[in-house]
Amino acid sequence: MTDTPTLQAAAGDPRVLAPGGAWTVANVEVLERLCRDAQQQTPRAIDLSGVTAIDTVGAWLFEKLARHGAGPVEASFVGVPESYSGLLREVRELNRQTPAIGRARSFAKWFDEHARSLTDDVASFLDMLGALGLALLRTLRHPTSFRFIPTVYQLGRVGWQAIPIMALITFLIGAIIAQQGIFHFRKFGADSYVVDLVAILVLREIGVLIVAIMVAGRSGSAYTAELGSMKMREEVDALVTMGVDPISVLVLPRVAALVIALPILTFLGSMAALYGGGLVAWLYGGMSPVIFISRLREAVSVNSFEVGMWKAPFMALVIGVVAACEGFRVKGSAESLGLQTTSSVVKSIFLVIVLDGLFAIFFAAIGM
Amino acid sequence: MASDELAIRIRDLVVGFGGPHVVIDHLSLDIRKGEILGLVGASGGGKSVLMRSLIGLLPKRSGAIEFPQAANGGGIRRGVLFQQGALFSALNARQNVQFPLREAARLSPALLDEVANAKLQMVGLSAADGDKFPSELSGGMTKRVALARALALDPPLLFLDEPTSGLDPIAAGEFDTLIKTLQATLGFTVFMITHDLNSLAAICNRVAALADGRIAALGPLPSVLESDHPWVRAYFHGARAQMLHLEA
Repeated sequence: MTDTPTLQAAAGDPRVLAPGGAWTVANVEVLERLCRDAQQQTPRAIDLSGVTAIDTVGAWLFEKLARHGAGPVEASFVGVPESYSGLLREVRELNRQTPAIGRARSFAKWFDEHARSLTDDVASFLDMLGALGLALLRTLRHPTSFRFIPTVYQLGRVGWQAIPIMALITFLIGAIIAQQGIFHFRKFGADSYVVDLVAILVLREIGVLIVAIMVAGRSGSAYTAELGSMKMREEVDALVTMGVDPISVLVLPRVAALVIALPILTFLGSMAALYGGGLVAWLYGGMSPVIFISRLREAVSVNSFEVGMWKAPFMALVIGVVAACEGFRVKGSAESLGLQTTSSVVKSIFLVIVLDGLFAIFFAAIGM
Repeated sequence: MASDELAIRIRDLVVGFGGPHVVIDHLSLDIRKGEILGLVGASGGGKSVLMRSLIGLLPKRSGAIEFPQAANGGGIRRGVLFQQGALFSALNARQNVQFPLREAARLSPALLDEVANAKLQMVGLSAADGDKFPSELSGGMTKRVALARALALDPPLLFLDEPTSGLDPIAAGEFDTLIKTLQATLGFTVFMITHDLNSLAAICNRVAALADGRIAALGPLPSVLESDHPWVRAYFHGARAQMLHLEA
């Protein structure tokens, strides 16, 4: 079956091609070369009696040779082995209309698509925010309709179970900031200002930001994947047909849990970061805990703490809404689920940072 | 088309999952080259297990599965049409058909496109359908693309797992005809699991009934209908089956 394929003009008639050997996909490299070499020829007929095996690829190559040949009239097949006659009859009909395969895309089209997807993103974010607001209003009017148990369950998942990892990471961040502060401030003899550095940075910015980014990666992605697979399995459609609003049942408890959990996690995270900073100041910088705490009292007002805490629920809302939006955009395929989950995490982290910047301007303006 | 040469020879095959219970119990079966063999059996009765062990997805406990056509030492080339199509959702229809070709041989990109379009047309789709992704295909189209993918390398042996399930009777009938036509054109051997009595009657050369882990009846449909085996009688002479006979 591995007979080397050949392609030559027939002995008697130069306008008859007489291929030989096995014209199968296994020999395709040789076959393509043979056909390229034979491109100049315009055969009148192709004599297949010398061919030992043909599959679809081989038959298609014969057909291409035949169509190429003889100008207006296509070459005919002669000497077709009985067992391949059906296949060769079949390929005569194939690929008669060549469709335009849209591969190349212009820059304008690319730009247009991306601009559209950006406006789509904004629209669907606002859409989800509005739907969530409506669901909240409905729930406020009929408080008994609030899904209390799912909310508590979600709170356990995104809040309680997240505490250890959040505390560990913020502890390490606090410790690193303190170490860097001590290392550089020591040159100016300003070691004790490390307390100001750690406290203000952690309470105002880093604490809430790190926790929000962690939550977006940990819980936002989970929300998107869950809602997306529910969408794929038509569970969301099933809810709608039962007259149940999927936003109230699926999204509201999840977002509510995030809005409750994120401030708590931020508080715990900030405390862990201060603890880490204090520990490093003591062990690495030689500042006793008593001095650290008294410096802390002088360095921070309750303002700094409030600034950090005020931001937390808004960031939670952004993460939750983005996660729900992306989840409901999942289409039928597994790839789409992965794509939306990635995009959920990227977008919510981006928006969290943008929101943080807006809050910085806002708090500066009102003098907090 | 069927000759005396064998495509698959199964002898004393035993397949089971842990524990003393076996799903396939000393089963022997010959599948002839160039025939369409339909396998029927109860849901959960081991049809899929038998097929998966023939394909090599499940290990056998004992017995022999031989492919007399296979080249020395190497396995046989075979195409498989899974029940849900199992198209790769990340690739469009054309790329799905090209995937086995790409893996097996080094075709130029132009030829790859032409061959894939040719395969899509052979299963009754248009070349333009090749741009669609699996999530955009209807059930019937999914099966056709999956069939085109299974046939990408012109395998001598084709396994079909309930090819007409989930299709309406018209689409199922068309799909049966398609399999029959392609089989006549390309000359491959078909081993198909089916519950579709119409398929059995329309395209299968022989029917094998699997009951209690063995072949309870084997032969052309009329002779299987005459079988005395209680399960086979119940299967073919139940009310639903009777209805089909009345119509026929």
